[in-house]
This record gives sequence, C-alpha cells and structure tokens, in this order.
Amino acid sequence: MELIYIIIIPALLAGLSLIPAHRKFASLVTILGTLVVFILSLNIAFSAADGMEVVAVKNWISCDSLGALVLLLVAFVGFTAAIFSMGYIEKNVEEKNQRKIRHYYAQYNLFLLSMLAVPIISQVALVWIAVELTTLMSVFLVSFKNTPEALEASWKYIVLTCMGAAFALLGIFILYWGTSIPGHEKFTWAGLIVASPNIPPALLKTAFVFVLIGFGTKVGLVPLHTWLPDAHSQAPSPVCALLSGVETTTVLYAILRLLPVLKIHPSIGAETWLIVFGIISVGVAAFLIIQVKDYKRLFAFSTIEHMGIIMVAAGLGGYGSHYGATLQIVSHAITKSFCFFAAGIALLFVGRQDIASVRGLIRTSPVAAIALITGGLAIAGAPPFAVFLSEIMILKSGLVNGQYITTGLLALFIIIAFCGILFPINRMVFGKPTEYSEKTNLSVTNIFALVVAAVPVILLGFYVPRPLQELLRQAAASLGR
Amino acid sequence: MQDYNVVFSVLTKIDALTGGLFILTAFGIIAMRQVLASLNIFVFQSILLAASAFVLGYQHSSIHLFVVAGITVVIKTILIPYLLKRIISKEVYARREISQVLNIPTSLLIAVALVIFAYFISSPLSNVTDEIFVKLNLPIGVAGLLLGGYVVIVRREAVPQVIGILSMENGAFFAGISIAPDLPLIAELAAAFDVLIIVLVMGILTRRIHERIGTTEVGRLTSLREE
Repeated sequence: MELIYIIIIPALLAGLSLIPAHRKFASLVTILGTLVVFILSLNIAFSAADGMEVVAVKNWISCDSLGALVLLLVAFVGFTAAIFSMGYIEKNVEEKNQRKIRHYYAQYNLFLLSMLAVPIISQVALVWIAVELTTLMSVFLVSFKNTPEALEASWKYIVLTCMGAAFALLGIFILYWGTSIPGHEKFTWAGLIVASPNIPPALLKTAFVFVLIGFGTKVGLVPLHTWLPDAHSQAPSPVCALLSGVETTTVLYAILRLLPVLKIHPSIGAETWLIVFGIISVGVAAFLIIQVKDYKRLFAFSTIEHMGIIMVAAGLGGYGSHYGATLQIVSHAITKSFCFFAAGIALLFVGRQDIASVRGLIRTSPVAAIALITGGLAIAGAPPFAVFLSEIMILKSGLVNGQYITTGLLALFIIIAFCGILFPINRMVFGKPTEYSEKTNLSVTNIFALVVAAVPVILLGFYVPRPLQELLRQAAASLGR
Repeated sequence: MQDYNVVFSVLTKIDALTGGLFILTAFGIIAMRQVLASLNIFVFQSILLAASAFVLGYQHSSIHLFVVAGITVVIKTILIPYLLKRIISKEVYARREISQVLNIPTSLLIAVALVIFAYFISSPLSNVTDEIFVKLNLPIGVAGLLLGGYVVIVRREAVPQVIGILSMENGAFFAGISIAPDLPLIAELAAAFDVLIIVLVMGILTRRIHERIGTTEVGRLTSLREE
C-alpha cells in the first residue's frame, strides 16, 4: 500500500503547488510531502532488506531490493533538493514572480513522481514510459532560467533523449516478442528472467543493444553524452542535484535490470558491452574534466565518469563487483547531489559559473568553500568518503576476477579524474580572494539542506548501517543470476 | 479454407503495399524542404501505420491493434498537426529550409545505406519466426526508426526535428505492431499519450526559443560546448 501512496503523494503535491496561496506555501508543502515520501521509502527499504518483495498490485507495481535501493535514493535526494529549492529558487526569480515559483514546484513534483515510478513499476513497457516521462517532466526545469543557454541546453536534452527513447522502445517491443514466443510469461522484470532460457539469443542481443543505446543516451554513455553537461549545468542547482544524482541512476537501473536476463546466454556477451561502453565513458569523461572551465560542468562530467564506473562494475561480474556497483550507485547519488548543493551555494554567492572568476572562497564565504572542498574530495574518491570505499571495492574485485587491463585502465582514469576535479576546486577555495560586488545572505534552508545531505556522505565512509548493508547485499545478488 | 487463403494473401499484399509506402514517406521526410510539406508527409505516414495496424488486427483478430489504429489516427493525424500549428507561429511553417547539414541528394544516398543496414540488423530476428507479417513489418519499422533519427541529425529547424522524432516512434510502432501485437493495452495508450506530451513540450520549447532567441534554427545554437 505504501507504494501506492508514493505515487499519489507527489501527484497531489503537484496539484497543491499550483494553489495561489502564501508565497511559501508551495515550497513548504513540497518539503513536507517529500519527507513523507522519504519515510515511506525508508519503510519499504527496511522490508526489502528483510528479503521481502513489497507488492502493491501483482505484476504491475512492486518493489524488490534493487528497486527499493533506487527508490530510497530518489526519495532522499528529492527531499533534500526540496529543502534546498526553498531558499534557492526565490533568489533566482525576478521580482518574486509567484506564478513562476508555483510552476517550478508543480514541475518539480511531477519530475519526482516520474523518477519514483521507475523503480516501483514492474511492467517493462510501463517502465519505458516512466523513463520517457522523466525527460518530459524535467525539460522546463532545465530551461527554468529562460536564458538562451538554458533553452539551448533543454532543446538538446529533449531531442537526444527522445531519440534514445525511440530506440529503447523498439528494444522493449523485441523483448516482449521474446517473452511471448515461449509461452505466456508476464512482461515483468521477474517474468523476463523466468522466460529468458527460451528466448532466442538473437532477439535478446538485439533488444539489449537497442535498450543500451536508447537508455544509454539518458545515462550519458559517451558517444551519446553531449546533452548531459549542458543540461546539468544550465538547470537550477536543486534540479541539477536531481538530474545528476538520481535521474541518471534510475535509468541505469533499467539497463542493469536486463543483466540477469542476458546472463543465461553467455554468447550475447552483455558483460563485454557494459565494460567497453563503461570504460570509454570513464576515459573520455576523465579527459574532458581536465579542460572544463565551469564548475557545474565539472560535476556534470564527473557524473558521466561515475555512470561509466558503475557500468564497468556491473560488467565485471561476480558478487564482489556487483556489491561494489550497488554501493557505488548509493555513494554517487548522495555525494553528487551534495556537490550540486555546494555548487549552488557558491553560485548564489559569486553569481558566476566559470572557475577562473572564483578565487579564495574560504575567506569570503567559508560555508561555500567548506562545502565545495568536502564535495570535491568526496566525489573525486578521496578517503574517508563513501565513493572511495566503493571504488576500492570495484578495483579489488576486478583484480580478483583477473581483469587486469580493465582494472588498470579504470584505476588510471579514476586518478586522472581525481586530479581534474581537485585542482580547479582547490584554486576556487584557496588563494587570493577576489572581491564580489553583491553579497547574498544564505537562507537557513540552504544550509540545512547541505547539512542533511552531508550526513550520509560522511557517515557511509566510516560505517554502513546493518539494514543498508543487507539491502545492498540482496540488490547485488539480484544483479547476478 | 480456400477463402481463408485468399483473404490471407490479400491481407499480405495490402500490408506489403503499406510497408512500401511507409518507406517512401520516410524518404519523403528527408527530401522535403518545406516545413509544412514534411508535416503533411508525417501525417500520411501515420495513416499508413494505422492501416497496417488495422490489417494486422484483422489477421490476429486482436482488438488491441484496432485500438492502436484508432488512437494513431486520432492522435497523430489530427491532434498532433493541430497542436503543432496552434503552438508555433505560422511564419515557421512558411519557411523553406535552405541550409541542411548535408544536401538532399547526399542525404538520400545515406538513407538508402541506412535502409540496407536496417535489413541487415533485422534479418537474424526475422529468422526466428515464419510469420510473414513480421518479415514484412520488422525491417521496414527498423528502417523507419533509423531514417527518422537521420532526419533529426541533419535538420537544423526545430519543427522538422520534432517530426523526425515522431517518425522514429512511428517506425518503432510499425515494427512493434507485428512483433508485439498483444502488448497490454494500457502500455499502448500510455505510449500514445506520451507522444502527445512530446509534441506539447517540444512545441512550447520551440515557441520559447523563437521568442527569446528569435530563431527556430536550433542546429545553429552552439554556445554550449567544450573549447
């Protein structure tokens, strides 16, 4: 029943946000609603960690461990980003344009709804629609600033991801064809696994390639990534946190779901596809990070890098690397959203996005500086943060599997990206400060959101709570066969 | 039995004819310079999709496919052209697109190569079944998908790019109705609804770009890129 509430609440919130009430009404209602959604998902995650599949409508709406993990992340980032939006959006709207703020919250909730729907829908064709809706609901959030750059970014975003969606649609049709050949298996993720031994490998392979290309566009796999840094740098920071932190993850989740289906036919070589695409993404992103001149783009490229790492980890196979992959999914989502909050605060303070114009932030705005350096260290993979743990785990299991070349390349690219992220952030934070004409007072909500988002970033580096560990373990097991 | 065979062969012929025309319309969208003309060809293509769905629905006696044919006609031939014309100003349609990334003869040659590639992709798939309709529809659908994608890449105007995406979906559905005739109806309805949202969102975005930047040549917007 909780699953139904999770769908209903954001839909209600979207409607409530449009009511022209007090100017803080929409934001407060959204924060409260997303908090409820977060608590409900926490509850579902606990049940899933006990090994129970939460079912609301059999074969249509249900949630197992992997789904619960993604659901939890979406709900958490949705909640923190809602808090962050409260102070941020008002400062970014000309003369307190109330209508624009209300529209922002309505779209924010619809976007959240579409992302929450992906992990809890078990009918594959409907998952495709939910993924497509995540794009359509977020286009106007990306173009929120209404500058020529933001409009350009959102146009590229919608065109490329809709092209991808059409490819994925054909892949889904072929998958359906596959399940209908052997018998009357239901077209759900579980049904696909049951039917997979009887599906001709040629069908599975073609379907997988179409889905990989199609959804890969949304994840930001390298030849198809060109929209990602644009959209993720032009959107308002709380939206960036959602786009970069969890939207990519939810779509990657849909790809990873096919992994156990494909493993039955080793001739398809699904793992190789994932590793090759993943390594190329990590490598290209690492070299693009070096030349970046805009700090929000920096974090956007780092998203491409992390998606690549997760793909490689999923492709390496074996329980160890799958556990690493699921841990990386968690650590990336929480850290990246924190990074974008930090970037948002820096942007509020400085008013410019290019790295060169920011120096010595530690003197002028200690909050922004500490947040940026923490986020930078955490996302680059420095100890003692969560990303470090998951990356080490992936590299270690790569060595155990005997994939020396892949592991070596991965380690090299991670180190390049590490330097590429930390040098510019170091320059922004330390050094001789530049003067800024306008001083903005940060709202309490911004700092509060930052603190809430920082809790798991710091905590997970030292200690993974027992239920989460259990959830990760089961999710990792469900990636294998 | 005799009757059945006659009906079957007639149905196959009708479907083959629709398929051939479908490919032609996909080429037509590439070859047209006038924005309005490519919209009209898209409408014709959608009618062909509906016709094929109708034929297949009759063959499989599947109510789903009749519904698909119905919603395709309503949404793609009536609602979408109406919405696009409503949202985006007249001036955009009157425009003749001079500059494409590649000129039209080259484009058509590449399109031929794409069609051959589509047959190459789909032949291992068609081999798993003996059903004639799959063998007809699947390669044509894949070709429609690829040609639509090609349109999006070479066109610089906003509306032709939207039409390219819609014709990609048409291609996917043209293949889909043959290989997945009994997909749950709710999924098909949602997909149709989804196409409608795509058009709405892209239409409104085009209007904003037109108002803010003063052009709908989205291919020329390149302020965001790596140096």
